[in-house]
Amino acid sequence: MYIKQLSIFIENKAGRLEDMLGILKDNGINLVSLSLADTSDYGVLRLLVSDPENGKAALKAAGVSCKTTDVLAVKLAHKVGQLQELLEVICKAGINIEYMYALATGKDDASIVIKPSDIARAEELLKEAGVEFVTQEELANI
Amino acid sequence: MIWNESKECMSRDEMQALQSKRLVKAVNRVYHNVEYYRKKMQAVGVEPGDIRGIEDITKLPYTTKDDLRDTYPFGLFAAPRSEIVRVHASSGTTGKATVVGYTRKDIDIWSECVARCLSGAGVTNQDTIQIAYGYGLFTGGLGAHYGAENLGATVVPQSTGNTKKLITMMKDFGVTALACTPSYLLHIAETLEESGDIGNVQLKSAICGAEPWTEQMRLQVEEKLGINAFDIYGLSEIMGPGVACDCIYHKGLHVQEDHFYPEIVSADTLAPVADGETGELVFTTLTKEGIPLIRYRTKDLTSISREKCECGRTTARISRFKGRSDDMLIIRGVNVFPSQIEAALLEMGGTTPYYMMIVDRVNNLDTLEVQVEVEERFFSDEIRELENLTKKIAHVIQQAIGLAVKVKLVEPHSLERSMGKAVHVIDKRKLV
Repeated sequence: MYIKQLSIFIENKAGRLEDMLGILKDNGINLVSLSLADTSDYGVLRLLVSDPENGKAALKAAGVSCKTTDVLAVKLAHKVGQLQELLEVICKAGINIEYMYALATGKDDASIVIKPSDIARAEELLKEAGVEFVTQEELANI
Repeated sequence: MIWNESKECMSRDEMQALQSKRLVKAVNRVYHNVEYYRKKMQAVGVEPGDIRGIEDITKLPYTTKDDLRDTYPFGLFAAPRSEIVRVHASSGTTGKATVVGYTRKDIDIWSECVARCLSGAGVTNQDTIQIAYGYGLFTGGLGAHYGAENLGATVVPQSTGNTKKLITMMKDFGVTALACTPSYLLHIAETLEESGDIGNVQLKSAICGAEPWTEQMRLQVEEKLGINAFDIYGLSEIMGPGVACDCIYHKGLHVQEDHFYPEIVSADTLAPVADGETGELVFTTLTKEGIPLIRYRTKDLTSISREKCECGRTTARISRFKGRSDDMLIIRGVNVFPSQIEAALLEMGGTTPYYMMIVDRVNNLDTLEVQVEVEERFFSDEIRELENLTKKIAHVIQQAIGLAVKVKLVEPHSLERSMGKAVHVIDKRKLV
């Protein structure tokens, strides 16, 4: 089960992050989780939101460079070694993790967002390992 | 000191007579040896017989960089290949180089012109001169080198790049004169200042060209180093450095008028303007054999004076440059057109993304940053991909202009749009 992440190009200067979030707010889009990858000149804002397609449309209308990307959101139990075991499954298959960040669902689990180099294969492997995924519907209702 | 008094101090009448005689010869040469020129002249109904003296020069059509590009590489050469002993080249507007060729006589005349310039700057055969221009296709290095040798000075062919080594040799060899770009001179001056070495060098004069600089910069470096700094001008199309140079009075650059006939015309109407008025500088080579150019539009803006100079020379003087009539930039001595950046960006596929060139001078060295708007088609949510994009853009631009650039990715629509003609350059250097 893939979910859609909203990715935004953002210049590394004062006020830009707030501007972007303002656009989403004005369009009634709720933020569920985010990660910001930054360089000295620019950053990539990665967001999980209640409605990625409408979020993208609103940002595009404002002239922002953005796109939606398929990622996996995996539910993990609060137990030692859970994440390592999960990564082991993926890494053994020679799949690279392009990036990952935490997702707080407000429930009693620790979720993690992953962008694997081969998302289809990673999903397959994780399913076989009995891992549970967060769905787009769940995100919309957080 | 005046290197060639018989030419540099000729009366205006004698000069005109000499220029007239040489122009007639030059026009005949290009008409009969260069098909491109013959056609150009025929197109405006001018024959060599119509040119009887220098006053007839306005009947002749102009030549531009485009003509050189259209005839790349050797189409405007007026001497057989067996007589061409050297070529030089500079970057062109669309990646194609502008190629010029020299016969042995051309090289001799070039050396003569540079020797005159160096003499005007007080350099003699007693001096040791470091040539810190790039040696190679660029005319700066070899041009200054041959002139300095012709003068009889001891020449150190330093080239560019290693300032520390340059300074060591300057001290150890007792170097008294230096030829380089003005920004490099300032850089050397600051390096000497930092290491406390100013008192340990015997430098007396610096002859700087290939880049625009201000009178203020010149005075600043003269004071800092306790030397005389001179402004030498040239362009490869006409010859290279040595077309003109200022003398110790610094009241304009003396043009080697017996070899290069200067005109100042309105950049808009191309009509001649009066002495003292600013316009575009146009040169006709009077003695060149390899690639004679008739009424070549330099796109440099200046004014001219034909008054006798206090130094005794009677040759026409052009004032410090007041800019360009086109959008060419000179960055670290390299000619750069925004259209080159545009063409390079086009290689990224599709249409050209919106861009802005930011030219600045940091520690007296020119810097070029190209800001490129990240349109959606270039956008990836992986930093690695964006970094690859930055590298790729920097690479294609460097291939196109031969200069290292910093590429900065910016948000779409974040670069300023101007009304009317698109502006793609912000030049923060104060050069005019």
